[in-house]
Amino acid sequence: MIGTAAVAGGVAFGVYQAKKPLQNPLNPAEGAITLNPYLILDQNGVTIIAPRAEMGQGVQSTLAALVAEELDVAWEDVRVLHGPGAQAYYNGALIAGHAEYEDGKRTAWQEFIREAMDVLPKTLSLQVTGGSTATIDAYEKMRMAGATAREVLKLAAVGQLGEDLATGNGYVRAPDGRKLSYYQLAQPAAAIIPPKDVALRPASDWKYLGRDMPRLDMVAKSTGTAEYGADVRLEGMRFATVRINPRLGSGMVSFDARAAENMAGVERIIDLGNGIAVVANNTWLAFQAADAVEIEWENAPYPATTEGLFSAINTSFNDRPNSTLRDDGDVSALPSGASEISAEYRVPYLAHATMEPMNATALFTGEALQLWCGNQAPLVLQGFAADAAGLKAAQVTIHTPFLGGGFGRRAEPDVAVLAAKVARAMPNIPVKVTWSREEDMRHDFYRPAAIARMKGAIKEGKAVMFDAKIAAPSVTRQSMKRVVGFAPGGADVAHMEGAVNQPYAIPNYRVAGHLADVDVPIGFWRSVGNSFNGFFHESFIDELAHAAAADPLQFRIDLIAPNSSPSANLLEAVRNMSGWSGKTVDGVGRGVAFTWSFGTPVAQVIEVANSEDGIRIKNAWIACDVGTALDPRNIRAQMQSGMIYGLSAAVHGEISFVDGEVQQENFPDYDALRMGTSPDIEVQVFENNLHMGGVGEPGTPPSMPALANALFDLTGIRARELPLGKQFKFAT
Amino acid sequence: MATTLTINGTQHQIDLPGEVPLLWVLRDELGLTGTKYGCGVSACGACTVHINGEAVRSCQMPLSDVEGEIVTIEGLGGPDNMSVLQKAWVAHQVAQCGYCQSGQIMQAAALLTENPAPNDADIDEAMNGNLCRCGTYGRIRAAIKSAAAELRGA
Repeated sequence: MIGTAAVAGGVAFGVYQAKKPLQNPLNPAEGAITLNPYLILDQNGVTIIAPRAEMGQGVQSTLAALVAEELDVAWEDVRVLHGPGAQAYYNGALIAGHAEYEDGKRTAWQEFIREAMDVLPKTLSLQVTGGSTATIDAYEKMRMAGATAREVLKLAAVGQLGEDLATGNGYVRAPDGRKLSYYQLAQPAAAIIPPKDVALRPASDWKYLGRDMPRLDMVAKSTGTAEYGADVRLEGMRFATVRINPRLGSGMVSFDARAAENMAGVERIIDLGNGIAVVANNTWLAFQAADAVEIEWENAPYPATTEGLFSAINTSFNDRPNSTLRDDGDVSALPSGASEISAEYRVPYLAHATMEPMNATALFTGEALQLWCGNQAPLVLQGFAADAAGLKAAQVTIHTPFLGGGFGRRAEPDVAVLAAKVARAMPNIPVKVTWSREEDMRHDFYRPAAIARMKGAIKEGKAVMFDAKIAAPSVTRQSMKRVVGFAPGGADVAHMEGAVNQPYAIPNYRVAGHLADVDVPIGFWRSVGNSFNGFFHESFIDELAHAAAADPLQFRIDLIAPNSSPSANLLEAVRNMSGWSGKTVDGVGRGVAFTWSFGTPVAQVIEVANSEDGIRIKNAWIACDVGTALDPRNIRAQMQSGMIYGLSAAVHGEISFVDGEVQQENFPDYDALRMGTSPDIEVQVFENNLHMGGVGEPGTPPSMPALANALFDLTGIRARELPLGKQFKFAT
Repeated sequence: MATTLTINGTQHQIDLPGEVPLLWVLRDELGLTGTKYGCGVSACGACTVHINGEAVRSCQMPLSDVEGEIVTIEGLGGPDNMSVLQKAWVAHQVAQCGYCQSGQIMQAAALLTENPAPNDADIDEAMNGNLCRCGTYGRIRAAIKSAAAELRGA
């Protein structure tokens, strides 16, 4: 339905408060009409463009509901597409999302900064699905797209239907019952400049928003008919795979493909410089041949072992901190009469391990490249693929099918670049490049390893000092360097999220960030800095509570209530949900944790129990406050999902290095929670916060410390390193 | 040498080496892409299909060893004729990314054929080989139970 090139449509609506009108990139087929970048009308009905990757978080259904709510179309008539990559779909909340501290305490200046931070993603055309920002960004602009379209459709009907028109179920209706379908009105409506003063409907009038809406992708995903990148099929397509240097970032000394070339199904072997591609008539035959190529690799550009990498991270404590974004009171001296405790924590590198291994399908014609690839950043892929194919960005079209998991991994353009290179070597022949699971596991952009040195003090049962020094390689710097070619200086805020911005009232409170210069590829792993900072912060708060001989849940409430009553309310909620009494029977342990991330505070209680087979994670309770809950059922699902993702990492997840290569290869050595090892989870969603928060990631950070704290309650052993499976025996 | 396979009631002549796993015959040769590749080592269950009614990891089943009738997710039911189990998946809004769900559904369908009234332990045991990185396990369990109840009642 959507044309291949990003052509400006006839109607460029001033959707949202954009200073410069954005071009409508939709170029619908004959007979279809677009009213704005989010809407196409044709004789089959309404297609809403939800320009964010559907990677499981349900975002395309929620975004479609934003438009449908104002447009007045029946939910069962709504179709949704990702649409093309385009500046019109920049994510205005992408950077603003990192700027906030405690909700409800934003000053006018902070609000001004947040508005200003809309400009950068727009200027850079950052159409990115990430940072738990999709609904925050879309909340006004996609409702406004529905509302302005509704109003021009009504205006277009005045000549035939008269005044006092109403809308419903895809029709404009006159008081006397006559009606015209939106499609009948689309052509004249497209010529009408929308009124500027369209008011959005109040929440009390909502029919779709705030409700549990059936997801638009559910039937397809229950019948095997949803098309993922891996499922794309083109006429005459070949099946390929790659083997890239497992010493990440380095090249290839030489290779010998003589044996592989003669194997069944093999058509061609391509030298990619840092590895090889095998093109065959079947993916599995390509896998076999790729394994049979003998390759001599160059050495890794980073310390070759896990120990060496941790040593490099540890060394960064000797340098001045990159940031001290929290520095309240004075942590240089122990308050008189206080007792000091200190601890060091470590967490490993982690892989994303999406269910769908990385893949991309490409067709290169000499003048154009088409690329089908599940991705979180289509315009980043477009630019990189264009370079790889020797084309200009405008010559590259990115198609974004469903993603079999993203978690941040699919923001990276690497597999699209490889597919573009392979396609360039085979003009006019479509080729699908699929990584083996082993290639996927060993060529990730990993969650960085990190070390925290914590010091705190207790006086009269209260926390009077919290002093954290946290060291890790910087995801922000490395990814910026990769994507835009330079690393910004200054304080790396994202590096410290989850540690500097927690609403604890501790009088002497410092959090310093150290950046380690290590070249292992790292990237955005669900909740990013929060994924390690949340563990450090909330494990150590638990240690302080224990040192204060306080109940760890009440200890948190006492410290948080002065700064954030919505957050304290969540701790009360999980206390009530779990029946927390501060005591557990023998053989049962409970832990609590709280993290404010991506604008959403989340409290979690986890219960573990001894069994004959080992420790079981039995039950979990989650309370979150999202400000405005657009789809409560989907939010509950995201909270559960975030928790299980975090617990999987906490129990099993570790990427280690020997000889510069990742040791883990597949799920047997990088496992995750399964049905029998996952807890039963109860979730409550609150709307007391002033601002809308994200939902895709905030469930992850508190899960890891909540589990470690529960294990402490069960065993008396304080876990200061992940994964916990190395220290505790879990039931399988 | 061509191999004959019966898949979802239709016969197919396959001209591929006998060691090619059934998964890659289904996906690449026949375009039956509802069956997914996740690990290739029988550790995730995304490739689960039925052979003579039993749940089998198609990534570990060489073409030459296939004996019997194959049913894939496409054969279980399409969007217009979903099975009771698939309808339960929709009713419970199980899927998130959805990539593992074909395998989950095929595994669950085999469980219900064998055990019309599975308890939690039965479900854990049957489903533990099916990984879901989105963590949809709670809703999978609920969907299996409601489908089981409906099938028993019917």
